[in-house]
Amino acid sequence: MPRLQSAAELEKYRAQILAGRNPAKPCIAVCAGAACDGMDSAAVAAAFVAAGAPLGDKIEVRTTGCHGYCEKGPNVVVTPGDICYFEVQPADVPEIIAATLKGEVVERLVYHDPNTGAKAVHMNEVPFYKHQTRLLIGDNPKIDPMRIDDYLAVGGYAALVKALSEMTPDQVLDEVKKANLRGRGGGGFPAGSKWETTKNAPEKIKYVIVNGHEGESAAFMDRAMLTGNPHKILEGLIIGAYAIGAQKGFMYTRHDMPLLEKHVRNALAQAKEYGLLGENILGSGFSFDVELHFDVGIFVSGESSALMRSIEGNPPEPRPKYIRTSVSGIWDKPSNLNNVETWANVPQIISKGAEWFTSIGSEKSKGTKLISLSGNVVNSGVVEVPMGTPLRTLVFDIGGGVRDGKTLKAIHFGGAMGGSIPADLIDAPLDFDGMSKLGAPIGAGGLLLMDEDTDMVEVARYLMDFLTKESCGKCVPCREGMKQMLQILTRITEGKGQQGDLERLEDLIQVTGVASLCALGKTSGDPLKSMFRYFKPEYEARIAAGSGEPK
Amino acid sequence: MCEKDIDGIIEKYRGQPSSLIHALVEIQHANHWLPREVMHRVAEALEVPFAQVMQIASFYKTFSLTPKGRHEVHVCTGMTCHLRGAAKLLAKVEEVTGLKAGETDAESKFTVETGACLGSCSIGPELIVDGKHYGRMTPEKAEAVLNSYE
Repeated sequence: MPRLQSAAELEKYRAQILAGRNPAKPCIAVCAGAACDGMDSAAVAAAFVAAGAPLGDKIEVRTTGCHGYCEKGPNVVVTPGDICYFEVQPADVPEIIAATLKGEVVERLVYHDPNTGAKAVHMNEVPFYKHQTRLLIGDNPKIDPMRIDDYLAVGGYAALVKALSEMTPDQVLDEVKKANLRGRGGGGFPAGSKWETTKNAPEKIKYVIVNGHEGESAAFMDRAMLTGNPHKILEGLIIGAYAIGAQKGFMYTRHDMPLLEKHVRNALAQAKEYGLLGENILGSGFSFDVELHFDVGIFVSGESSALMRSIEGNPPEPRPKYIRTSVSGIWDKPSNLNNVETWANVPQIISKGAEWFTSIGSEKSKGTKLISLSGNVVNSGVVEVPMGTPLRTLVFDIGGGVRDGKTLKAIHFGGAMGGSIPADLIDAPLDFDGMSKLGAPIGAGGLLLMDEDTDMVEVARYLMDFLTKESCGKCVPCREGMKQMLQILTRITEGKGQQGDLERLEDLIQVTGVASLCALGKTSGDPLKSMFRYFKPEYEARIAAGSGEPK
Repeated sequence: MCEKDIDGIIEKYRGQPSSLIHALVEIQHANHWLPREVMHRVAEALEVPFAQVMQIASFYKTFSLTPKGRHEVHVCTGMTCHLRGAAKLLAKVEEVTGLKAGETDAESKFTVETGACLGSCSIGPELIVDGKHYGRMTPEKAEAVLNSYE
């Protein structure tokens, strides 16, 4: 493939790809997302490839990234018609191929409602999918992440073409600011303002960074995006670099997912080969390159300033924030960092405009949000809904409620630094500010259901144990404060709680929160705060039951 | 893993102090642990003090300063796996192998580790042996899985 020299050449090449494809030709997409992979979807894909090979002119087989409905994996989607088959085994493959060739459906493998037995054949009829707005993850079943042509076929890099050939960097920045795109990594800080700070910083050398660390426990949507559609994030990053005036980008992601690494490395190499990365991108005069880095296994390295230390080759210790990383980050150069999902939103904002984007979502939180739905839920998986969607829709309509017929006790958001709210707040809308006020900030978007049997003291102890192990140890209040909190919580769970324990915990939460440098320490007490707000009687009862016993 | 491979990795990053983590990760992935003597060679080739190599190698959890067993057994202790019974699974793994998390047996058969979160929450609790995922584990199934390894 010769490098594409201009926007026109790219569009011509795209037209060629589309002309070579017949939308009526059946395509079988086998999910190879993390959960399906764990259920040996590779064997299913291999069976399809073997059986489909002699039928190459009649049928196409594609291995893709995460489709979303992880609970029912291995997932298979057949187009046209988006026929969804669930829990597919290699033995089912001949039957699916035979039915597909005849234009029929294998009824026993489609969705059956566990309560009514009602069938749902097409994706837009399956309850898990039909309440979603899948703007970001919807392309996953259509794309083999190893093939850039698949991304081009669904309109990929058209936003980059538009940005480079029709817009100035300032116009791109303006559009993102108008879209009010808020950071998806946890803070909800407006991405446009952050971009502008880096853009206006006096240094000539500037960096842009994709934070794909995703260390938050029970959050798995970023790797679903990055593994399943790496070019979308890369396209967002290149557009951002153009707007900001950055010459170099970094993708920082997990070291422990071999498939993710393979797909991202391949995407970078292909983009370079096609002339979408490197010198003089599409003949625009804009040059930009990307380097891949890995997290090396510690939670705090997902914190922005710690992540930048890690890219420099140093231990991931956070820095004080009075100098913002957007002004002085990697090697003290202005460095703009955004989360995977934030970057993934950029191409559609440029293609469809800020006005379109702001028509989706709630008043202050625009667009859609990817949610990792798990815990004691019937249908776990990666979900995408407009901001402002009531939690009830997520939990019941999409999630199918609580497993094993139990009742819902609490909803937990935001991993180890998030919070838990009781079941009666289920009508609250999914919104950055609203959820923060309730004490369960969205964080990166891991939503956990906890059933009636959940021991809330044990949950707090578990989360504190996690954070204690993940602290970098730089700040004494974080390192020692969390250890003390963990000791007290452990005592309470062992029935050895004492009068005054809750007051001591409250003191420790406050001191650790005020005196730690980064968000890990600052928000380490947040789960506990939400527990004291909504589940305090459970703690008091536990202490009362154990108090006075000999130690 | 032969010495030549390690030498190849070290040579690739010679004179590049900022590539320290890259070099160590590659060696860890290929060799499964970082012998002290290798870290000395890394320090010399990349022109960084040995103390800094040790600082990185001992700080990040990915790096192991002791040899690992032939099979690396990983129990996910992420939140969903925890809610779905990871503690019982870990107890069973510890019972079957006779090891606590972080330990390697005398025959170097198994190394048991815990960690969060591997992102396959929908099929938790899960066990990962040498990178292969075993989803929806029960203590009984885990025993069978472990017994299938030589």
